[in-house]
Amino acid sequence: MKQFLAFVKKEFFHIWRDKRTLFILLGMPITQIIIFGFALTNEVKNTKMAILDFSKDASSSQLIQKMSISKYFDPTTVLLNYQEVEPLFKKGKVKMVLVIPQHFANDLQHGNQAHVQLICDGSDPNVANTLSTYATAIIKDFQNTLVKEQKLPYRIETDIRMMYNPELKGAYSFVPGVMALILMLTSAMMTSIAIVKEKEMGTMEIILVSPLKPFGVVIAKAVPYMLLSMVNVATILLLSVFVLDVPIRGSLLLLLSEGLLFTITSLALGLLISSITDSQQVAMLISLLGLFLPTTVFSGYMFPIENMPLPLQIISNIVPAKWFYFIVKTIMIKGLGFSYIWKETLILVGMTVVLFGISIKKFKTRLS
Amino acid sequence: MLKEKVIIAERLTKSFGDFIAVDHISFEVEKGEIFGFLGANGAGKTTAMRMLCGLSTPSSGKAFVAGFDLFQEAEKIKKNIGYMSQKFSLYEDLTIRENIQFYGGIYGLSKKQIQDKTSYLVEHLHLQHYQNNLVKSLPLGWKQKLAFSVAIVHDPAIVFLDEPTGGVDPVTRREFWELIYDASERGITIFVTTHYMDEAEYCNRVSIMVDGRIEALDTPKELKKTYDSASMDEVFLKLARKAVRGE
Repeated sequence: MKQFLAFVKKEFFHIWRDKRTLFILLGMPITQIIIFGFALTNEVKNTKMAILDFSKDASSSQLIQKMSISKYFDPTTVLLNYQEVEPLFKKGKVKMVLVIPQHFANDLQHGNQAHVQLICDGSDPNVANTLSTYATAIIKDFQNTLVKEQKLPYRIETDIRMMYNPELKGAYSFVPGVMALILMLTSAMMTSIAIVKEKEMGTMEIILVSPLKPFGVVIAKAVPYMLLSMVNVATILLLSVFVLDVPIRGSLLLLLSEGLLFTITSLALGLLISSITDSQQVAMLISLLGLFLPTTVFSGYMFPIENMPLPLQIISNIVPAKWFYFIVKTIMIKGLGFSYIWKETLILVGMTVVLFGISIKKFKTRLS
Repeated sequence: MLKEKVIIAERLTKSFGDFIAVDHISFEVEKGEIFGFLGANGAGKTTAMRMLCGLSTPSSGKAFVAGFDLFQEAEKIKKNIGYMSQKFSLYEDLTIRENIQFYGGIYGLSKKQIQDKTSYLVEHLHLQHYQNNLVKSLPLGWKQKLAFSVAIVHDPAIVFLDEPTGGVDPVTRREFWELIYDASERGITIFVTTHYMDEAEYCNRVSIMVDGRIEALDTPKELKKTYDSASMDEVFLKLARKAVRGE
């Protein structure tokens, strides 16, 4: 045990002395969360909108007001004619223009039918699509309030309720994804590099001649990165709760335990990588290509797995991050307990055991 | 007077597939002896040494190191040997003190022992002013002296040195050998491989490996007599020329 502690202490010296790497490791979750949480968002919030109101009556101003009290649009630009529309788009001042034709209120009341026009900036199709959906919803809502007053005999209303994430916030899916990615990086890549470094420096031989057991060496190398990973988990959770307003609806303890489990899975992967190569560069390349790419693509937080062709869906099952992503989402966002994720947990445990088994075996056979 | 044997190798063999790296070597090393293990590149000396250290499992044969069976009691052997590899083997990003403490730690020395050892070594190697400097800031010769001191920090019965003085100047090499003599006087057996024939002269006994077999084993003086040579250099060349396999 004392030997083990001496080794762990040395490992901390390595990490502490390499300030730059430490800075990157601890800073990465912060930047990732901020980038994913704010920059990569597809939510609509205070979008600049211009109004071209030809009717200027009670109903039209009601509609405009409805737009402005929603937090999605900011209809502050008022236009007077169609000629003003295009220059505005060209300059990128607004994302959408709402055109209300003449006699809007009159048409509504007597003709029972009125038109409005939404002009969107189609050079950015995703945003344009989202914006028009939001605007249409608001207009529909406006229409419904009118209909209520008139008492039509029948009508069907669709009430859409987005469970667990009513505002469709992107952060709800990014946070679990970023967590998987960061844990993979700190645990798998850093552990594999740290072990391969000993081989490269020639210190591994000295350690293997010493009374330390190979298994102990491997665990001692992994412990500091495990702690570092848990610090990262804490950072990510704190940032998501206090900065991104993503709640932790389920049990925090369960979430942390699952985080620890996934960290250990990643460590096992790191060990496996370190047992197949002797060079730090190769270890890094394998980690990047072999772990990050699958983690990003197959965990499901960027691209929905259901939409992938069947072979890829099958491949996605061997990516540990996929299961972890599901677990975190279930606990954090849906607030469900262990009975909903025991299968996924079991899969991760199984993967970890197999990976550890292979890497310990490889580690030993290398000696003879 | 019967001296204690700390290494006994009997027909020790290591083969990798068809290639026999070490071919039935037998020899004995006495306690406190400085035993030179010579051979051209590829003669099998590093493989032989790795087997004795427990880094590599012999294919056949028998060996006892520090009184323990290499096949049965490898763990006990590990506690009683030290090892310094060809590659420089200290941690560059740790200070001198931390390196000593780490190696003392993994050999299970007590806190007190580690403290005493550290102060002794720092003073003995005249490193008082540098003890808290990172190892990477030291000149190579100092690093190697320190690496040797660290390899015997736990006072092992035997220390294995694999080409310990590669790349250092003659003066530092001389100083390094003073450390070796020092350790030998304290009863530590030295098992050393080298390419430098002047170093071979410093050894009590020398074995010369050619193509995986031990061709000659005696004191430098006797070897020179047997092979009618003026120096170990000549002895070595005469023997090594017989080699069939290259690097």
